[in-house]
Amino acid sequence: MNTIASLHIGEIGYISEESLDFIPLKLLEMGCLPGAEVQLIQIAPLKDPIYICVNGSHLAIRKETALQIKILKANL
Amino acid sequence: MSKNNIKVALIGNPNTGKTSLFNQLTGLNQKVGNYPGVTVDKKQGVSKLSATQNAIITDLPGTYSINPTSVDESIVLKTLLKKDIKESPDVILVVADIENLKRNLLLFSQIKDLEIPTVLAINMVDQMSRKGISIDLSLLKKELNTEVVLISARKNEGINDVKEAIIRCHVAAKASPLCGINHKIDPDYFHKLKEISPNYSLYELWLMVTQNNYPDTITSEEKEKLLAFKQDVSKLKKYQHKETIYRYQEINKILKKTYIVDKSKATDIRSKLDKVFTHKIFGYAIFSFILLVIFQSIFDWASVPMDFIDSTFAQLSDFAKSNLQPGVLTDLLAEGIIPGVGGVIIFIPQIAILFLFIAILEETGYMSRVVFLMDKIMRRFGMNGKSVIPLISGTACAIPAIMATRTISSWKERLITILVTPFTTCSARLPVYAIIIALVIPNKKIFGFLNLQGLVLLSLYALGFATAILAAYILHKTLKIKSKSFFVVEMPNYKLPSIKNVLFDVIEKTKAFVLGAGKIILALSIVLWFLASNGPASFKNSEKNVIENSENQQLSDVVLQQKIASAKLENSYIGIMGKSIEPIIKPLGYDWKIGIALITSFAAREVFVGTLATIYSVEADDENTTTIKQKMASEVNETGGKLFNFPVGMSLLVFYAFAMQCMATLAIVKRETKTWKWPLIQLFGMTGLAYVSSFIIYQILS
Ligand SMILES: Nc1nc2c(ncn2[C@@H]2O[C@H](COP(=O)(O)OP(=O)(O)OP(=O)(O)O)[C@@H](O)[C@H]2O)c(=O)[nH]1
Ligand SMILES: [Mg+2]
Repeated sequence: MNTIASLHIGEIGYISEESLDFIPLKLLEMGCLPGAEVQLIQIAPLKDPIYICVNGSHLAIRKETALQIKILKANL
Repeated sequence: MSKNNIKVALIGNPNTGKTSLFNQLTGLNQKVGNYPGVTVDKKQGVSKLSATQNAIITDLPGTYSINPTSVDESIVLKTLLKKDIKESPDVILVVADIENLKRNLLLFSQIKDLEIPTVLAINMVDQMSRKGISIDLSLLKKELNTEVVLISARKNEGINDVKEAIIRCHVAAKASPLCGINHKIDPDYFHKLKEISPNYSLYELWLMVTQNNYPDTITSEEKEKLLAFKQDVSKLKKYQHKETIYRYQEINKILKKTYIVDKSKATDIRSKLDKVFTHKIFGYAIFSFILLVIFQSIFDWASVPMDFIDSTFAQLSDFAKSNLQPGVLTDLLAEGIIPGVGGVIIFIPQIAILFLFIAILEETGYMSRVVFLMDKIMRRFGMNGKSVIPLISGTACAIPAIMATRTISSWKERLITILVTPFTTCSARLPVYAIIIALVIPNKKIFGFLNLQGLVLLSLYALGFATAILAAYILHKTLKIKSKSFFVVEMPNYKLPSIKNVLFDVIEKTKAFVLGAGKIILALSIVLWFLASNGPASFKNSEKNVIENSENQQLSDVVLQQKIASAKLENSYIGIMGKSIEPIIKPLGYDWKIGIALITSFAAREVFVGTLATIYSVEADDENTTTIKQKMASEVNETGGKLFNFPVGMSLLVFYAFAMQCMATLAIVKRETKTWKWPLIQLFGMTGLAYVSSFIIYQILS
């Protein structure tokens, strides 16, 4: 199963419905909702944290958090 | 009058311009910056809404929702849940960023459900066309069932509309929930919750349950019933998730009708700049380069105005002496106050340059990129990417820096950051470093463009950071505190710094530095001067002793006068104090006069130079006035060499780099950690480290 952490830079995915219980409330409140489009913008030099754009919010989150959020990759 | 004032609270997501709006409304100059978490405390001000109506505006820290995850955010919850009539807001002014209206409306919908009259100010409308955004304002008002105004706090547009909306909203006093969380989630459950008390809105009761935070007015009976709802924790969590999703659904419905973004019209420099600033290699390279430029400029740009100030004060002192009636007061002015105050004023150019660079970094949005680059590294040392902000802003002053740690949600990471922040080189150390570097490091260019003195200064800053990080590592390994580390940071858009904001910031901070240090120095120089020009019996006899001493009979008049002055100083009260601590500081290479400056520095570091200035003025014979630097350069030690030689200079630099010499910081640490334990650990730990390191440095070099 893909998670946000498995995106490549520039790639887009959609947060899957089943992740709901694993998304921390704070992230949910910041727009990281099931169904939302996530784009990976940048990975920090030491591979962590990562910089994503989700639902219009530009956020830096840690890999450990990203690993908990499952996504469906967009078919390009 | 005060009874009719409307109490308005400014609430909104971080970095949406709440403080900018607060400043426009109240005419105050609170700190504004382009990264989340600039404001970490409540601030109040008065605003004239109309000819007859005033409002008390409260600026609050930014938050993404009413559910707090850090200390700064919990201030918002506490303000909202307070049922104290005197403090609870009459009107809430929600400030939203037009660019991310959806997320901003989540908080708005929560606030609305508290059933307090609410005005929505949509800020940064100056960005609208650039981002291709259009908005149907009248429909939005209707859908949100609230007053909505479009403003640009930076450009001072729409501020009057805000004022009028506040008055209208206050008069109408209508407040209805927006979402009504109960229907969609579990009607039975929320019905029972509402039945507990008619005095609170359903959402307030829900917050009391989920946040474990109760207003003072709650009865014990009500509280007990609320506690029963807390039993099933997983259910609470699930309902909070559902609530958030439900809110977003409602918001999406509304925005679909009222808010359109035409992506083809949007211009985007963010992604281009981010490619460079957060790049694997360039990212760090640019960061290092920026730091290098800052420290070079501190030395290069500041030297001309500093020399000017130095000589002006020397002349002023001279002028006072030759034009005022000779006497005690003139001596105090010319020898105590003028050199003491000059010792602070002289550093304004350097400090202002430092503040200028920090303000620019903060206003462009670059700070958050550094947070992003540094998180992984900081985590290894028991801190958080967000610790970078205190460590960088600590170069201005540790006090706001320690306050800035409030945004760090993990207590352990926050505590470690608080404890090590005073190692970063604050502006009060700059005067000490600057004068000692100027005395012991030659003013040379290396490689043709790098100023050697600037380079030494840069290494002292590096030493401060390195020690902070090392100390953090030790604390990380020894402190047994369990707390979960969590990290989500919003990356703000890049902005051209607002010149007004940057200038105000520099002026405010410089003023605070000069006035704060000025007050202490003024008081201390008076005390010092008194202690230096008075003494016990031996002081009164010292002049006679010098003259009668057979060794001194052949000396010229000038040298004899100098000998008398030195003998007097040594036998004055201050001389006796200095002499008594001399044995302790001798191994570090310091004489008793430096010892005095060390003692006074424990109140605040920046008085070091002023203290020496005062002591040397008292000692100097009255004829020629020289600048502080010249006076220090001409001091001699027992062997007849320069007192401020290389080993002593280095030893002093290291001592000031490490020692905890700031009462104000200790007081803030006490306030933020709520115990004296941590400030005391800082005081003894840091000062102990300073003593040992200076000892080693001096012994090796000499
Ligand atoms: N373009 C534009 N920028 C603005 C406007 N209002 C504020 N800003 C900028 O937005 C940034 C954030 O402003 P602040 O007033 O510090 O925001 P805040 O909401 O108080 O932020 P926190 O205290 O961190 O929650 C600053 O860089 C401001 O200069 C505006 O109307 N237009
Ligand atoms: Mg603010």
